[in-house]
Amino acid sequence: MSTDFTHPSPPLRPDWLWHLGVAGFVALWWMLYHQLAPLAEWITGLLPVARHSHTGEAIAFFLYDVPKVMMLLTLIVFVMGVVRSFFSPEKTRALLSGKREGVGNIFSAGLGILTPFCSCSAVPLFIGFVSAGVPLGVTFSFLIAAPMVNEVALVLLFGLVGWQVAATYLAFGLGIAIVAGFVIGKLHLEGWLQDWVRDIHSGASAPTQIEGETMTMIERYRAGTQAVREIFGKVWVWILLGIAMGALIHGYVPEDFMVKIMGAEAWWSVPAAVLMGIPMYTNAAGVIPIVEALLGKGAALGTVLAFMMSVIALSLPEMIILKQVLTYRLIAVFIGIVGSGILAVGVLFNLIF
Amino acid sequence: MTSVKVYGPGCKRCETTVDMVRDAAAKLGLEVEVEKVTDPKSIAMAGVMSTPGIAVDGKLVHAGGLPDKAKLEGWLSA
Repeated sequence: MSTDFTHPSPPLRPDWLWHLGVAGFVALWWMLYHQLAPLAEWITGLLPVARHSHTGEAIAFFLYDVPKVMMLLTLIVFVMGVVRSFFSPEKTRALLSGKREGVGNIFSAGLGILTPFCSCSAVPLFIGFVSAGVPLGVTFSFLIAAPMVNEVALVLLFGLVGWQVAATYLAFGLGIAIVAGFVIGKLHLEGWLQDWVRDIHSGASAPTQIEGETMTMIERYRAGTQAVREIFGKVWVWILLGIAMGALIHGYVPEDFMVKIMGAEAWWSVPAAVLMGIPMYTNAAGVIPIVEALLGKGAALGTVLAFMMSVIALSLPEMIILKQVLTYRLIAVFIGIVGSGILAVGVLFNLIF
Repeated sequence: MTSVKVYGPGCKRCETTVDMVRDAAAKLGLEVEVEKVTDPKSIAMAGVMSTPGIAVDGKLVHAGGLPDKAKLEGWLSA
């Protein structure tokens, strides 16, 4: 994902080859994707295990889920890579500066999903936003939405648990980002930023602005393939491990066991899930396959969603990064507000479903 | 002597960018002084919002993600 300011490089291949390649890839993808279930059954049938034994169930689960997730990820990450090439952080900042709170929070959460940035850019991005006059609460909406509603999480939920859960997750993830940012804005906590950030904030020395050049469609395709390579390099191990764990749970764990410890009846399960999620350092790729299997064994949806959101949005390493710009007090407020939001979502879900 | 600054908190991509700058300079036979800027304040003050960022002789040429090899050579030889 890059924003370059000078010297556009000539494309390596002619344009039409790129368009043809993308179209051919999508067609091939479509055909293969619809053969995955029979393919997994066929391979499982070839193995010397009984299909409906514990081992057979676990193997079939693994053989179906791994290629399905990998294929969905490839397609979605590519599309997101292309879409994101339209939203550089610089453009996003320009869109958000001067936005009022309320509308600004909604806008900001949405842009959090679309704007490309890696987590090690969180600090410069934060400063870039605040110094350009983006209100603190609006900036927080962006920073919460960006990791929480990521495409890897959505793809895995969609592919493994179903579109209803994926859509609900998207809606509630955005909702928490909007409301939490709004509340933080209303509290007027600008004084709780680190001193040097406040100095920049007061306009003493705003960073220089740089103008981006427009990219060609080919460069956007390249941004897409680059995103696929990068995301895969990061998550493939997690996905394999997660699905293997999920397959074991699916094959071997008895039904009523999960209902007892993660079912809707246990009132303490949601807060416990949120607390457990904070120190956990993993990502959506490892957690969601396990979630799939847990749900299948009778774990409550609200509890599981709360756990996932907590793991993703309240990660300790993220807090340590943010410590450079926020004081402990402000970090505590941040954890408190986002945590309460997640808690509310979990409890609500368990009551409804 | 060209001076190049690579802005980034020190994640893997930033390290790779530094290596890419050195490689490109060696390939072009240029004498280049590469400085890593990891302090968040300096990164922000340089106007870099997404890292790694690259400045050649004080001018910001790139921000966000690994640079394109051909473009990098272009910036260095410009």
